[in-house]
Amino acid sequence: MNFAIKNQFSLKHAAPFIALIGLILLGSLVNPHFLSYSNLIQNVATRSSFIAIIAIGATFVMAGGGLDLSVGSMAAFTAGTMILFLKANEQDAGAGIIALSMLLALAVGLACGLFNGLVITLGRIEPFIATLGSMVILRSLFTYLANGGSLSISPALKEIYAPVYEGSFLGIPIPLLSILGVGAVAAVLLYKTPFGRHVIAVGSNEDVARYSGVSLSRVKVLTYMIQGLCVGVAVILYVPRLGSANSATGLYWELQAITAVVVGGTLLKGGQGRIWGTIAGAFFLEIIGNILTLSNVNVYLIGAVQGVIIIIAMLIQRGINRR
Amino acid sequence: MKENQGLVAFQLSKAFGENLVLQDVSLIFQRGKVHAVIGENGAGKSTLMKILGGYQLPSSGTLALDGKVLHFTGPKEAEALGIVLVHQEILLAPHLTVAENIFLGRELRIGPFVDDETMNAKASALLSNLGSSLDPRARVENLTIANRQIAQIARALSGRHDFIIFDEPTAALTPVESEAVFTVIQNLKDQNCGIIYISHKLDEVKRLADTVSVLRDGKLVAQQPANKLKAVDMAHLMVGRELGALYPPKVIRTNSEVALQVENLIVPPSLNNANFVLHKGEILGFAGLIGAGRTELFEGLLGLRPATGRVSLGDKFNSVFSSVAAAAKAGLAYVTEDRKGKGLLLNLELTPNLTLSTLQQFTNAGFIQHRLELAALDVAFSRYDIRAKSHDLDAGRLSGGNQQKLLLAKTLQADPSIIIIDEPTRGVDIGAKKQIYELIASLARSGKSIIVISSEMPELIGLCHRIVVMHRSQLVGTLEGSDINERKIVTLATGTEKQAA
Repeated sequence: MNFAIKNQFSLKHAAPFIALIGLILLGSLVNPHFLSYSNLIQNVATRSSFIAIIAIGATFVMAGGGLDLSVGSMAAFTAGTMILFLKANEQDAGAGIIALSMLLALAVGLACGLFNGLVITLGRIEPFIATLGSMVILRSLFTYLANGGSLSISPALKEIYAPVYEGSFLGIPIPLLSILGVGAVAAVLLYKTPFGRHVIAVGSNEDVARYSGVSLSRVKVLTYMIQGLCVGVAVILYVPRLGSANSATGLYWELQAITAVVVGGTLLKGGQGRIWGTIAGAFFLEIIGNILTLSNVNVYLIGAVQGVIIIIAMLIQRGINRR
Repeated sequence: MKENQGLVAFQLSKAFGENLVLQDVSLIFQRGKVHAVIGENGAGKSTLMKILGGYQLPSSGTLALDGKVLHFTGPKEAEALGIVLVHQEILLAPHLTVAENIFLGRELRIGPFVDDETMNAKASALLSNLGSSLDPRARVENLTIANRQIAQIARALSGRHDFIIFDEPTAALTPVESEAVFTVIQNLKDQNCGIIYISHKLDEVKRLADTVSVLRDGKLVAQQPANKLKAVDMAHLMVGRELGALYPPKVIRTNSEVALQVENLIVPPSLNNANFVLHKGEILGFAGLIGAGRTELFEGLLGLRPATGRVSLGDKFNSVFSSVAAAAKAGLAYVTEDRKGKGLLLNLELTPNLTLSTLQQFTNAGFIQHRLELAALDVAFSRYDIRAKSHDLDAGRLSGGNQQKLLLAKTLQADPSIIIIDEPTRGVDIGAKKQIYELIASLARSGKSIIVISSEMPELIGLCHRIVVMHRSQLVGTLEGSDINERKIVTLATGTEKQAA
């Protein structure tokens, strides 16, 4: 599948998946409940869907040598816009309005991505700085929309919308199906199309790409738009979960997404992208949290333990890559 | 002088895995002598140099300095003993100044603070000793490749230097600039330094060296006084077979159809108002010193730099191309001089490199067909004689010659009618050089029009039908037929034609 990187099976590529399997084995030892359908599939896989889907978008951005720090704020802003739209149309509550609000979420995400991409390419501003700017802008806009508090949809609407997050198809929760669906489309796009190859080329060496006739601006803007679109999809799954958005919505999601991408084997400096690795990385992060919760670690320390495990995972990966 | 004086390598071998790159090589390098080590790419020169410079340990064999056995664990120890390696590749921090680079890692201080004033003064002295007027306060990123090379040599010579290993120091330099390096080497030799000189340029070796050692496939195949060897003998020893003529015979052009006409091309600030014509089936050379604006001219024409002017491909005039893609559509292709920085994705495999400019050829309904790409790679391997241990190697692992062939294959994949090749054989061994010359000639025979930009005059003289010479951002003359010779090119390129006339 990902021939652009290496054809043959290698430890380097399998590492994120081996780590994931190892972690699952560890989990099953810690708590017998861990491996249950209700925990692993309904709880862990579903909860990881926001980060996983956003991280798939981040894989494009980072494979192309970019970075997007604004995804968390973008998620909050998009969720805020979506909820306001639903509230404004409460009298027509129904599947039609919800479908429209979903399109709106995708459009808002796409527009935010376009904005980031244009600032970076036309404005020639470093992605780190440009998206740091939009991170602050979007967070502030959300707080303004929510008037400093939270935004919620009516219980009636939430009831109609809830199955998108809580429902399942053939026993597979819809959020998990969404991860797999977005992942499959993303993998085809990155590994099988000229655009995907151009993303890798731009991330590997911009000059070579430019001298080969690749339009840098077009490729970069598209990666940020894909990122925005993925944020839109994540928000579509997020809003029905609680039916509301508040100041904690999307907080640190950018960091979690970047971590998932890097744990998944994509290089921070670009030139390489691993869609399925990224998804494994997102599961990995969620499972660490889940195991810690199940083994009654002090909740305030979970973050610290997660951080340590991520660093250890990266050190192991570095060791593998060096060989 | 005692027998064991100097730097002695005794039965050095080096293996990477099962790959034996150096086999039982014994050499003696003496102070006050220039000892050239020549060989094709992959002959083991670089490995030998890295062992001498302390960058690598030999798998077996010993090194000794003045009879004392050496065990390096790193280049710092070698440098402390006065054995320094001047790298072929530019290893400088681009954002630092020349002086900061020269003293990087061994900054002079006043108390806890760096002493920029003294460092700048010392760097300035070092540079003028090298015959360079380079400003030590200049940032490396703003320097030409030639000046970076000078800065790099200055850095290597800033400490103790008894034995200096030069790894192709003139690879990126024009003949005039190379003179400065030769002067330095002569000075160092006179100061009783031992010089170990690696180069592909056999005329340089002939001129500088006292002794010539030839490596082939990791073995020492010959060692002779330089005055007993002719350049052609060295070439034969390097490749181990008769080379025949390096340049293919020139085909007399009969077609005077214009393939490309450029008018009033301006690429600020590097090029003023260039006008020239390229004919069908012609090989047109562009000569000039580094910085004369040759590369900039064509980068401007292809939309890689801001430029204005008019371009005609036979019928009507248009403005310069807006991008490489637009130029490619019109049948123009440009092969960059900077193979590693702008030509190939070194950390990706061969196929994505080969097909990057022409991915549309390999798609079906918008999806890349890997099968087609692999087939194209097979074709390229046989057509251009690309040699690699396996097909899924990263491009960066290929030798210089094979990288250059891959880059040419990538460019020709688009089947362009006009091909602009910038420094076609830079850092390429003599065997691959000959193949590239033959390729260029056969492309021209098949009716393609070719522009060759080169700093190697023999190359231009041997290949081209006409040669345009540039000097200080201007086209200063066009040489044709019997007018093509080294002296005429040099007078035009250095702007001395008025005095000469």
